[in-house]
Amino acid sequence: MARTPADLAGAEPDPPFEITFDGRPVPALPGQTIAAALWGAGILAWRTTRRTGRPRGAFCGIGQCFDCLATVNGERNRRACLTPARPGDTVTTQEGHGHDRLAV
Amino acid sequence: MPLSNSPDVIVVGAGVVGAACAYYAARSGLSVTVVDRGPVAGGTTGAGEGNLLVSDKEPGPELDLALLSTRLWRDLAAGLPDGAEYEAKGGLVVARDAARMTALRAFARSQTAAGVTAQEVPADALHDLEPHLAPGLAGGFLYPQDAQVQPALAAAHLLRASGARVRTGQEVTAVLTGASGEVRGVRTRAGDLHAPYVVNAAGTWGGEVARLAGAHLPVLPRRGFVLVTEPLPRVVRHKVYAADYVADVASGSAALQTSAVVEGTPAGPVLIGASRERVGFDRTLSVEALRRLAAGATELFPVLAGVRALRTYAGFRPYLPDHLPAVGADPSVPGLLHACGHEGAGIGLAPATGLAVARVLTGDEPPLDLRPFDPGRFTGVTA
Repeated sequence: MARTPADLAGAEPDPPFEITFDGRPVPALPGQTIAAALWGAGILAWRTTRRTGRPRGAFCGIGQCFDCLATVNGERNRRACLTPARPGDTVTTQEGHGHDRLAV
Repeated sequence: MPLSNSPDVIVVGAGVVGAACAYYAARSGLSVTVVDRGPVAGGTTGAGEGNLLVSDKEPGPELDLALLSTRLWRDLAAGLPDGAEYEAKGGLVVARDAARMTALRAFARSQTAAGVTAQEVPADALHDLEPHLAPGLAGGFLYPQDAQVQPALAAAHLLRASGARVRTGQEVTAVLTGASGEVRGVRTRAGDLHAPYVVNAAGTWGGEVARLAGAHLPVLPRRGFVLVTEPLPRVVRHKVYAADYVADVASGSAALQTSAVVEGTPAGPVLIGASRERVGFDRTLSVEALRRLAAGATELFPVLAGVRALRTYAGFRPYLPDHLPAVGADPSVPGLLHACGHEGAGIGLAPATGLAVARVLTGDEPPLDLRPFDPGRFTGVTA
């Protein structure tokens, strides 16, 4: 069996819980960020770029590049790599800046 | 140690005014070297919003310079890469109440007589132009000649297009003069540069460069903050500002003044200005200035209350006592020219300034009357 980061660190996390991504259930561990939970489920993209709609997900993973923005519980532009997953979180794919409805 | 390949002209300052001087001088057949102690657009140019405005200027010499610049920017933009983000978006000045609308109407009428295009927008038509504008405004004026560039990119592209040799990171420590006091070049830490002409395009630091040459130019800094929002789709179409802004620009007060100036950018963020205060070169963040900028912007565009401000930046407008720039030959130092002191309008006024400087360098007729901008007007000595 492949070794996981949790194995390598000797972590003994509490039981997993569920969040959803675009309506689909995704397991998460206490202390995991949303980006880590999504990666763990094989999901690599949760935003599209403003101009050309290209897929984006975690890039730097440490809160600097702002590539991993996602809409979490209706709040747009959350950095998935810094936002801890909480039971029942609803993560949805964000289109661009998340402010499309303001366009005139 | 003299450096080889002496140019015809040395421009001190790699901001937008220096870039425009280099551009038009080079186009006149002169060889140009631009020196700056920092990077390209590292001073006031990079700290602005890139406004090319006629709307905020009363009839007079500065408006004439702005009108010429507006035409020149249009030509330049056609030849520069899209990266300069030139947008002929137009300006919309709005009045909060009937009294301010009456004053704005009189102001616009005087501008129209001076060659400005200004179209009255009744209150009920404001939202056709700017759907997110607050309700209850008394009306406004649309100025189609107002435009915008990304100032740092515009300066960089202009500098590149000039073909001038650019020496950044080289502070001028002395202006070299000959036996009869004429300019011979400049000294930098990297060596001496020789040229028969030196153009002082050092912006807010133009007074220091003048002093190095034994000349006097009382350039003072006037601090301003810009508040930058998160990237947004187009929520503000024009440069939109409250009519009070014009009075602030013309004021000589040292105290903090703010008036709401709001505009979108091609990159997405909305830029919010404008504050003015005379506090020397103090870069300390002023929460009070930012609070007032945010309040003024959300009063004009309530939708902005729901978006985040990501950052702020500050700059120092190069301010001369009579609010006019110094453009032309120094009256007491042969070979020294000044092109600085444009206050908050340097991006807009750069091309006409550069063209005028080039004409002075080549001995040709300037494109407009330069007497109001005479650098000697502060010493009583005229060129």
